Amino acid sequence: MMLAVRDICADYRNGQLVLENIGFSLDRGRTLAVLGPNGAGKTTLLRCINGLMKPRHGIVRVEDIDILNLHPKAIAHRLGYVAQRNEAGRIKVFDAVLLGRKPHMVWSLSKADLSKVSGALDLLGLRSLALRYLDELSGGELQTVCIARALVQEPSVLLLDEPTSSLDLKNRLDTLALVRRIVREHHMATVITLHDINLGLRFADHLLFLKDGRVFAQVEPNAIKAETVAAVYGVAVDVIRHDGQKVVIPKMESDLLNPKQGVP
Amino acid sequence: MLFCAALFVAALSLGAVHVPLREVPRALLGLETTGAWAIIIRDIRLPHALAAILAGAGLAAAGAAMQSILRNPLGSPFTLGLSQAAAFGAAFAVMGFGAGVMQSTPTAAVTVVRSGFTALSAFGACMAASLIIIGIGRLRGATPEVLVLSGVALGSLFSAGTMFLQYFADDVQLAVMVFWTFGDVGRAGWREVGYMAVVVGLGVAFFSINRWNYNAIDAGDQTARGLGVRVERVRLVGMMVAAMLTAVIVAFLGVIGFVGLVCPHIVRRIIGDDHRFLLPATCLTGSALLLAADTVARLVLAPHVLPVAVLTAFLGAPAFLYLLIRRSAGS
Repeated sequence: MMLAVRDICADYRNGQLVLENIGFSLDRGRTLAVLGPNGAGKTTLLRCINGLMKPRHGIVRVEDIDILNLHPKAIAHRLGYVAQRNEAGRIKVFDAVLLGRKPHMVWSLSKADLSKVSGALDLLGLRSLALRYLDELSGGELQTVCIARALVQEPSVLLLDEPTSSLDLKNRLDTLALVRRIVREHHMATVITLHDINLGLRFADHLLFLKDGRVFAQVEPNAIKAETVAAVYGVAVDVIRHDGQKVVIPKMESDLLNPKQGVP
Repeated sequence: MLFCAALFVAALSLGAVHVPLREVPRALLGLETTGAWAIIIRDIRLPHALAAILAGAGLAAAGAAMQSILRNPLGSPFTLGLSQAAAFGAAFAVMGFGAGVMQSTPTAAVTVVRSGFTALSAFGACMAASLIIIGIGRLRGATPEVLVLSGVALGSLFSAGTMFLQYFADDVQLAVMVFWTFGDVGRAGWREVGYMAVVVGLGVAFFSINRWNYNAIDAGDQTARGLGVRVERVRLVGMMVAAMLTAVIVAFLGVIGFVGLVCPHIVRRIIGDDHRFLLPATCLTGSALLLAADTVARLVLAPHVLPVAVLTAFLGAPAFLYLLIRRSAGS
């Protein structure tokens, strides 16, 4: 098992529970999409997994090592994290990706660090942008740079917090396809929080629905039901098949006006 | 680097008494030990110039580090009230403990006895101010604007405190305190230069060791934590070192504004935000700016010498305004 999360409970300073007994596990090469409405605890869950936030209790194991008690640097060797918001300072793409080698640096850079950054740039198609400044990049390019930075950390597990929220349609599809390819080829595992259920259905191997800090349902994309989505988001939906794949579509406004249909 | 060296020689050569350029290296190397020129160069202008170089580098490096640590483009010892706090601490030492006693020496009108103690007091006040800033920064929802506003508030508070002390000071103490609010590199003798060299050297070395941490914080707090950086600790220790640099420089030379704010921004415009290059370049720019300002300060009203802080403000304030206008026009 690559990543195993057991009984995670977390609260804010006022003592209000944000996460209650969250648990799941993930194999090598697999992608888990965490879905749920705003405030359901998706971001908090990711932060608890890599120790950015101390959960009240719970266990996170990466390759059978309990990681929450490790030094931050040792955690960074195992988990790569791409935050929801990323600053684009006046720094070159190459140097921004090089920052991902930080957990591995002792005093200064080694040749291996530089060649790993080169490799990541090639892998993600960023070679031509290497000497551009971050604040000149588009949203999609910046997101790819941040993913490259997390990859050169050489983690076993990649955590992506809403990587698609600021991207257009093509960039969403490209970014997630790229992540899935890399995760499979490098035998990593990845947890991605998403707002778009259909992206989850298309790219993830498992879906985890959070509601009010609890796991509402954990399903495979092919087993998704309209009732689950309706109960989690409070929106009546249809689940249809398109090109052999399930797709969730909110009911038309005329249907929503009559709440007896659709919502169980 | 070359520019800095040229400026250094020029600073030694120019002044109320003009020493020919070719005599400067000779005096430095001790080839001519008896002449008046050698005394001027070695005992007056050399510590003067070295103090300008050290203070410029120290203040500029502190400013660059604070801008990153506080995630705020307006971070600098001066804008966040640290300089004013240090001046208050120094004034407090003068007033309460009789630390500063006027002495007339051939090199300066006022020198301070027990300067180590004054520096300590300045450091204490400076630390208090930086802890308040960090504390405010840790409150949830403290935006960069809030930080700068609280820095301005702290600055005025400490300035008011200094004024309060001045009001009750006797003539001698008042003279010493007023001298403090006009930063002047001419106040430094060889001993002060020695202290400053040690503190600035250690401070700049510390900032350089942390260059990757500052780069990581620039990428966002969450990203930095994800990379294994202990953001809170880096922030706290970095602010303490910046406060220490500021305290020592202010304690020996007085308040010198705008070097810490403007120099990092000048460099950022040219070579970007990467601290591996930003820090050394900022130090050089700070040294060059203060050295130039000091040289001009000694020349404009020669044989009178203006306090260098007057010139850095004359130079810095328009540059700062330009920066603000350009920033709002650009984005």
